Amino acid sequence: MTWTGLLSQLLEIVIAVALAPLLSGWVNQWRAWLQNRSAPSLLQPYRMLHKLFNKDSVLADNASPLFRTAPYVVFGCMVLACAIIPTLSTDLPLAPAADAIALVGLFALARVFISLAAMDIGTAFGSMGARREMLIGFLAEPALLMVLFSASLISQATSLTTIVETLARREFTIYPGFALAGVAFTMVALAENARVPVDNPATHLELTMIHEALILEYSGRHLALIEWAASLKLFAYSCVGLALFLPWGVAQAQAPVAMLLALPVLLAKLAAGGFLLALLETLNAKMRIFRVPEYLGTAFLLSVIGLLVHLLLAH
Amino acid sequence: MGTAPSLGHWLHLDWVLVVMAGWLVLSVAGVLALRRLELVAHLLFPIGGLLGLALFGVALDAMLDTPEVAVLPLGLPGLPFHLRLDSLSAYFLMVIGGASAGISAFAAGYFRKGEGTPPGLMCLEYHVFLASMVGVILADDAYAFMVMWETMALSSFFLVTANHRVPEVRSAGYLYITMARIGAIAILLCFGVLQANTGDYTFANMRAQELGPFWASIGFLLALFGFGAKAGVLPLHVWLPEAHPAAPSPVSALMSGVMLNTAIYGLLRVSYDLLHLRLWWWGGLLLAVGLATALFGVVFASIQTDMKRLLAYSSIENMGLLFVGMGLTLIFSSFDMLPMAALSLTATLYHVASHACFKSLLFLSTGCVLHATSERNLGKLGGLIRGMPWVGWLTLFGVLASAGLPPLGGFVSEWLLLQSFLFAPGLPLPLLTMLIPVVAALIALVSALAGYTMVKFFGVIFLGQPREDKLAHAHDAGLWERVGMVWLAIGCVLLGLLPTLFIQIIDPVTQRLVGSGLGTRVAASGWLLAPNSVAQASYGPIIFLLGILGSLALAFGVVRLLYHGRMRRSLPWACGFPWGTARMQDTAEGFGQPIRQIFEPFFVMQRELPTPFDARPRYRVVVEDHFWRWVYVPIMDLSAYLARLASLMQQGRISVYLMYSFLTLVVTLLVVMR
Repeated sequence: MTWTGLLSQLLEIVIAVALAPLLSGWVNQWRAWLQNRSAPSLLQPYRMLHKLFNKDSVLADNASPLFRTAPYVVFGCMVLACAIIPTLSTDLPLAPAADAIALVGLFALARVFISLAAMDIGTAFGSMGARREMLIGFLAEPALLMVLFSASLISQATSLTTIVETLARREFTIYPGFALAGVAFTMVALAENARVPVDNPATHLELTMIHEALILEYSGRHLALIEWAASLKLFAYSCVGLALFLPWGVAQAQAPVAMLLALPVLLAKLAAGGFLLALLETLNAKMRIFRVPEYLGTAFLLSVIGLLVHLLLAH
Repeated sequence: MGTAPSLGHWLHLDWVLVVMAGWLVLSVAGVLALRRLELVAHLLFPIGGLLGLALFGVALDAMLDTPEVAVLPLGLPGLPFHLRLDSLSAYFLMVIGGASAGISAFAAGYFRKGEGTPPGLMCLEYHVFLASMVGVILADDAYAFMVMWETMALSSFFLVTANHRVPEVRSAGYLYITMARIGAIAILLCFGVLQANTGDYTFANMRAQELGPFWASIGFLLALFGFGAKAGVLPLHVWLPEAHPAAPSPVSALMSGVMLNTAIYGLLRVSYDLLHLRLWWWGGLLLAVGLATALFGVVFASIQTDMKRLLAYSSIENMGLLFVGMGLTLIFSSFDMLPMAALSLTATLYHVASHACFKSLLFLSTGCVLHATSERNLGKLGGLIRGMPWVGWLTLFGVLASAGLPPLGGFVSEWLLLQSFLFAPGLPLPLLTMLIPVVAALIALVSALAGYTMVKFFGVIFLGQPREDKLAHAHDAGLWERVGMVWLAIGCVLLGLLPTLFIQIIDPVTQRLVGSGLGTRVAASGWLLAPNSVAQASYGPIIFLLGILGSLALAFGVVRLLYHGRMRRSLPWACGFPWGTARMQDTAEGFGQPIRQIFEPFFVMQRELPTPFDARPRYRVVVEDHFWRWVYVPIMDLSAYLARLASLMQQGRISVYLMYSFLTLVVTLLVVMR
């Protein structure tokens, strides 16, 4: 473990935790502009978090300790996820602890905990939200895994740092299989982050909400942690997408100067990605929950076809 | 690991036989103390647990040693029992010992007065069952194997029918014993093929035979059928969801967590030890059967409303995954890709151990719930984590491990399995290379669905509001029960956190079976689990856990430091609707609804929906699987038809039967005289 490695690891965690709400704010701002509304400030998510942290937490009478631990667990999972995805540098001491498969497992762990917490109170919304979240999860998880597998086949590795290094080093060629994986990844990322067309982060309409139904019982610091974790998840997914499909500019091992360059590149890529997300959300309408399995099934099949096409062409 | 001298002059095999004999003594003692519950429960079962622990230790110590053989002068004249302890059997003995230690401790607190079979009889059947499983693993000739195998089936049949006054339990028991018989016949035939007309049924002779591809395939298919019937793979699974839930919970735990593994052991023994050939299509067949089983099992598990049936279907799923692992190993070893074969075999064996831990734990937890509430129906449970915190939190470990989530035991085997899929593209057959990613995708789907099922299982039983009034008085598990569950939960956690250590234990088995192992490879990377190199793929569960816990603690500390820890209690938010009741929560049926919709072709469904004008509206949905109609109903019809034909002869009059005898005599005489 070198000091540059340690530094880049720390920097990555700090940047992820600090900038994740900014990314949410940026997406919200663009969404408002694209929908011809006046936009909230870019710093609105931070104010929101500050306000929630200051408030008392209100717990339902019958909440078990699981309910109170879940926000911390989810937050911890998301921080670890951001720590192992190479965004600035590939020299990360924590990265060997989890490869692509473990990353998917990490997201699943967070999802299971938040769903269990939602069922803990025993209101209709919570358990309905949990059911829908798990429904999305069990379809999205294998699709995400297959997308990561396509990348693994190119680099012959599931280690995220090796994947990014390999993808960044090759010349720009479009693998047809990988393009399909890209489409699948976008679809999965939208679903997993509770975005239109699967869920609407701005809704509080009982019949349609998924993520909001899950966390309906949370308040105060618990809610703040969950919201923060949600923006960290968006950040993590964006970084996975960038790492897989636009890996250029990430500093290779032992190059501290390159890391200084990597930060603005990352910010530029995230800004562009956030704009695209807002655009996608504005152009689409939310679909009925019954159509979601079809949508995610398509993503799953696309990712598998991507994998197969890749293998076919490799032969 | 110590060496042999630490155990004195006795061989490991002798110590295993001592444990077996100890269990048999306990079973006799159980009969002598037939109705003295205190004695049976608080003395005999704990001793049985300690013997299990001893078996665990001896088997762990025996992993590295060269095979030990013994001949017991039991059985028929001229047919003594041959026994053999090698690393493969030592590994399965270790799993049996470890899991049964926890289950026996639990059983010490579980059996109550007035529940079906008297406690002493339970003790007899239980310990004979344990001893016969050890016997199956040790057997080194077909005769001993079949005797032990049948003893195992019979003792477990009596355990399943412990509550024989309930008609469903009886029919489940008969279904079980029927399937066990059919499986046993196939195994017997398999041994018949393997001995290759030499008339010598010892395994040593079978190892020496070089069968051609045709007879080897016949032997393999028979083994697949026979052991598949025991493991509950498609389409021989029908008995499993009936029999496992019918038994008392410690027995369900023993059957699902431990007995099913003997089928895996048998198949490994036949295909890697007794047979020399390894054809790739055997692996392909195992892969296909396993995959269908896994998908079928998990889809059915997710729609169950009976908690023990749910777990039984989940066992079917896990057996499917094990078959997939074995199939992959066969494919790799048929192409001489030994390091890859070692990887997938390690995944399989790892899953055997973690499945034994978490499935036993979950079945024991249903036993606690059953005792506290006398309900198995998920629709009448809920909110039990408040009244039963021990059971609830310990079950959470089993649930997370069963869902294949890091950093627990189930994830490691899933990780290893997916790794071996990922590096499969080196296979020389393009068809397989194309199919294997599809299989990997389905495996990913299965494990994600397992997560769904486990959230349903835990959420509906332990979380939410109690759906019945009586649940408020549910009592927590007793001391013995806690000890058993804690032991198994520790197993789940350690298997998750120390994969490198455990893989080094498995190493001698893979070395013996496929001639390659992961041991040295993982030992090189220290705490990280990296089958090839850290740059290629690695997983470090301890760092992983510390990463989550560290950021969790940091978040907690920072929030407390910068802000506050104030908290209020209040009513849950109900949108201003004050008449909400516990019955308005999502039910188990509701949780299964999306699955029923998505996987509709899997099921035969009968729905009864109320109309708006019903005075007493009733909703009912019955879900069955197709295999009853596709396979079993035709067979049943056929046998009924044959029986009717035979019944034409049965006139019930003595003169008719005398005439039959007369005719038979005449025909015999004609044949003989000619």
